[in-house]
Amino acid sequence: MATLKDATAIVGVGATPYYRRGESLPQTPLEMAGKAVLAALADAGLTVDDLDGFALYSMGFDTALLAQWLGVPDVRFTAMLTGGGGGAAGSVGLAAAAIVSGMAEVVVSVMTLQQAASRFGASYAPRGAKGAVYAAPPSPEGDFVQPSGLMAPGQMFAVLARRHMHRYGTTREHFCEVALSTRANATRRPGALMREPLTREQYFAARMISDPLCLYDFCLECDGAVAVVTTSAARARDLRHPPAYVMASAHGGHGRWGQAITWFGMPDEYFASSGHRPVAQRLYRMAGIGPGDVDVALLYDHFSPMVLMQLEDYGFCPVGESGPFVADGNIRWPGGSIPVNTHGGNLSEAYIIGMTHVVEAVEQLRGTAVNQVAGARVALVTGGPASIPVSALLLHN
Amino acid sequence: MRGVLPPEVINLSPNVWTEPFWRAAAEHRLVVPRCTACGTYRLPPSPFCFACRSQAVEWVEHPGTGTIYSFTVIRHAVIPQVRDALPLVAAVVELPGTGGCRLVGNVVDTDPEAVAVGAPVTTDWYDVREGTTVPVFRLRVP
Ligand SMILES: [Zn+2]
Repeated sequence: MATLKDATAIVGVGATPYYRRGESLPQTPLEMAGKAVLAALADAGLTVDDLDGFALYSMGFDTALLAQWLGVPDVRFTAMLTGGGGGAAGSVGLAAAAIVSGMAEVVVSVMTLQQAASRFGASYAPRGAKGAVYAAPPSPEGDFVQPSGLMAPGQMFAVLARRHMHRYGTTREHFCEVALSTRANATRRPGALMREPLTREQYFAARMISDPLCLYDFCLECDGAVAVVTTSAARARDLRHPPAYVMASAHGGHGRWGQAITWFGMPDEYFASSGHRPVAQRLYRMAGIGPGDVDVALLYDHFSPMVLMQLEDYGFCPVGESGPFVADGNIRWPGGSIPVNTHGGNLSEAYIIGMTHVVEAVEQLRGTAVNQVAGARVALVTGGPASIPVSALLLHN
Repeated sequence: MRGVLPPEVINLSPNVWTEPFWRAAAEHRLVVPRCTACGTYRLPPSPFCFACRSQAVEWVEHPGTGTIYSFTVIRHAVIPQVRDALPLVAAVVELPGTGGCRLVGNVVDTDPEAVAVGAPVTTDWYDVREGTTVPVFRLRVP
């Protein structure tokens, strides 16, 4: 059966600066998207005249207006994965699918985010409530969760984290190790928003937001845009940088994972998981490799416990053993058996709904990362543990 | 009742599939939809049985006793209207005899430190306003 394997490559990456929430004004989100797209094309050695596709996720943006602004000669593909941040890595898979099928040749995956008037931190607050600008409209399903006060993603993931602690003996020490190791990576990154070292003492002294999650278990609320350009493997070889070949990409999940944190009815077998298990298996099968072949893992880290659950679901350790696994130093850079979020992740570099992880994977495979994993050949990128679809991407050089 | 949201931020929007649940709630009765064709329970109510895809349901009364499957203690107000209600214990409660159906609500009138996964609870009712009642839970002292 024909698959995406090695047929395409990421050839360009670009981003605006990363801003604290609201500080990207007076730019608009679409203007930032345009800047990121132009930067990514330039990085590849391409221009708008080469661009013919958009592959988006998490509600995307108005590609018609952006194509009009930029004067794209011929838009041949513009599509988007359903769902939210779960689709981040999968947006590159969507680009690859467009290219392999012949619908387009140079496709850009983009995320742009501005949280000035709206915050993800109150995503599920009742609409009309002060401060709840993002808020979802009331729904018959939401009626079964929202009256409990659960109205922020972090509160909801705290429920999954607590179940993981109960079932497997995971502790806050393990969440702390994710926060500390990620911060240690960010301290060396010039563009990272959080460059001050974080200590275990500071972690445990921080205020509790939604027990068992404290301030440092939460990702940042940021503004900015990130774009990556994908094209055919044949064309990639003639461009500016060594290609980051798309080995595999997958998205989806079990139907009964469903809306996940906004319904809490997932089967017990994988309630305390990232929802990624079926996607991980398909991903490795398409690539023809296993977790032992991955050199660096860029795992969507909106909340620190979800990194632990992804380590399990992607097979870096058995299900239930991620706590001791991180406590043993396995995710540290340098020296860990599988360095995680060498760029500082959503927790400490910037939260642009997961696209920064794709950029870091490409830099690792080019050998230009700030926190370079020596000899990195294969990089894993994941989209957010979230409602369906969750997604993933394997790249190699 | 301590440990619930203020009425102003609770506004339900039932549809034809969930309305029987809320009508019973207003009478302080817990009912769970069960597939008439295959007997599978489901929550929240939905137009199809996820096991056999039948749309036929019957509403089965449940005593409201259950156990805490997981929970969080909300200590930070993401919107100002919540501030005076903190801390809020938001719990996912498993209802025995329903094949694993879960109900989400606040554990009320309790010290958050007393709440634990596996703790037995009973369902109680928070009358938000005329016609609107939502389920809450009380720790059951064995
Ligand atoms: Zn049925």
